[in-house]
Amino acid sequence: MAIKKFAVGCYDDEAVLFPAVDKVRNSGYKLHDVYTPFPVHGLDKALGQKDTDLHVAGFIYGLTGTSTAVGFMSWIFTSDWPINFGGKPHFSLPAFIPITFELTVLFAAVGMVLTFCYLNQIMPGVKKHVFHPRQTDDLFVVALEINDQTSEQEAIDFLKSTGTVETSVQIAESEWWYGRFDKEEEYEKLNPAV
Amino acid sequence: MNERFEIPGKLKKMSFALMLVGVLVLIIGGATLLTGDATAQTRFWIVLLQNSVFFLLLTVASIFIQAAASLAQGGWIVAYKRIPEAIGQNVWIFGVIAMIVLFYIVFGFNVHGHNPIYHWIHPEGDAILEGKSGFLNPLMFAVFTFITIGLWSYFGHKFRSLSLQQESAPKNSTKIYWTMVKWSAGFLLVYALTQMSTTPWMWIMSIDAHWFSTMFSWYVFASAFVSGMAVILLFVGALKNNGYLQLVTKEHMHDLGKFLFAFSIFWTYVWFAQYMLIWYGNVPEETVYFKIRQQGPYAMIWYSVFIINFIMPILILMSRPSKRNYFTITFMAMMIIFGHWLDFYIMTMPGPLGANWSLGWYEIGVFAGFAGLLMFVVYKTLAKASLIPKNNPLLKEAILHES
Repeated sequence: MAIKKFAVGCYDDEAVLFPAVDKVRNSGYKLHDVYTPFPVHGLDKALGQKDTDLHVAGFIYGLTGTSTAVGFMSWIFTSDWPINFGGKPHFSLPAFIPITFELTVLFAAVGMVLTFCYLNQIMPGVKKHVFHPRQTDDLFVVALEINDQTSEQEAIDFLKSTGTVETSVQIAESEWWYGRFDKEEEYEKLNPAV
Repeated sequence: MNERFEIPGKLKKMSFALMLVGVLVLIIGGATLLTGDATAQTRFWIVLLQNSVFFLLLTVASIFIQAAASLAQGGWIVAYKRIPEAIGQNVWIFGVIAMIVLFYIVFGFNVHGHNPIYHWIHPEGDAILEGKSGFLNPLMFAVFTFITIGLWSYFGHKFRSLSLQQESAPKNSTKIYWTMVKWSAGFLLVYALTQMSTTPWMWIMSIDAHWFSTMFSWYVFASAFVSGMAVILLFVGALKNNGYLQLVTKEHMHDLGKFLFAFSIFWTYVWFAQYMLIWYGNVPEETVYFKIRQQGPYAMIWYSVFIINFIMPILILMSRPSKRNYFTITFMAMMIIFGHWLDFYIMTMPGPLGANWSLGWYEIGVFAGFAGLLMFVVYKTLAKASLIPKNNPLLKEAILHES
């Protein structure tokens, strides 16, 4: 939880956004984030983000599922409640494979969805500051972090020079928080721009 | 940009050496095995059957991938499209070889009054084989084999000639592109009715004539398709090593690697589904097929097939960096071809040879001969046209491809 000051620039064209992101990264200003109404191909590379490790997590969840299924079924059918099915041995691996497969997929899928939500900070009830209401509609929004030593006017002028259609300075929560809308009046008083 | 392919001396020598090995082994095999006892004679023909059918089916997989990509409007394949085309163009050579071998086994092969490979040739007195004789009889076999191989060869030739016509077509014309889509739909129908259903029943499953499995053709298709993709990948790698196909990047190799990985898993799925149903049902007339393979003299090959075709791909090919590394991807392509060749080995050998199997100079030599022939004819076809399918509407998409 940290309240910070942001210089916000809005663009209405991808072709302007990409050079602008480049300029911001080279300018020395701290880039907070870029918000787009739809997934923009190549923006992750332009922002210099590294590849996600989500698939490594998926592999580990899958292995957990595999060992849970094999271990649990082996225990049930050999020591806890052995039953003779058509003369098959108690520990008959081929019969365990379908359930092992299903549990591997289930663990990997559910685990990856939850990890994805955690990494992207999306969950029911999780709130994040919205820099511009049209960032989910038709505007690409770039937010720069500024502080007391930064000249607001210089940051805004810099953003304007990259081709914005709209700019503003906002004081806002930089991380996510958990809350309900009816309890947020206090926060909104802090930041009349919202 | 090197558009015209000239066969590099090293590759030419290699293919000639492999073909020479094949011919020598055939001559020595003919001299020693064909004059030997029933087992030796059977070994001579069953190895030829295994290899000719394996190579025919994996070359036909190249026609299938062209048809599938054309119907799905897949762009990335266009970067190296000439390779599956050249493989498809030469299907007729492997078709003719397979046809000679199969026809000889059905009509000419006879040891002491019975056929050691296809028992259904003489069904008299065997109620099960008599019941199947409506489908499994020499006339049906001959007509079916002839039509199947003829259709495959025709489509392989047609796809390449359509693609070559595109080069001289007016710029931005999509007429041939849509003609290709129609022919592709036709080929999928042909392929579904042959390779994916009836052909493996006739050529391979009927070696164990008393046994049957409705999943068998899917299983053979999975085997043939994944090794066909591995062959395409190896050709792409060989051409890139010699300075051709600059348009093919790591992105394309990554997607080819995904095909190897995904269809190795698919093969395992079908392989296991067939095994598990029979294991669970435990009906003697069905389990006899796996008894000799899994617990009998073939156990070692059975488990090697599983390790090479499933454990290795899932462990090595799963991660992204290994699919983008030329060494691991080429190594895995070779392993997969070898693994599925072993898979075809274990489909064909146990029926006629029983415990008297051998995996020695003759088996390896025949495989080398077929591999050399495939290399030689494909390189020769590649040299006849530009390596880059110019004027193809999807070429730009293929160049910009990112996986």
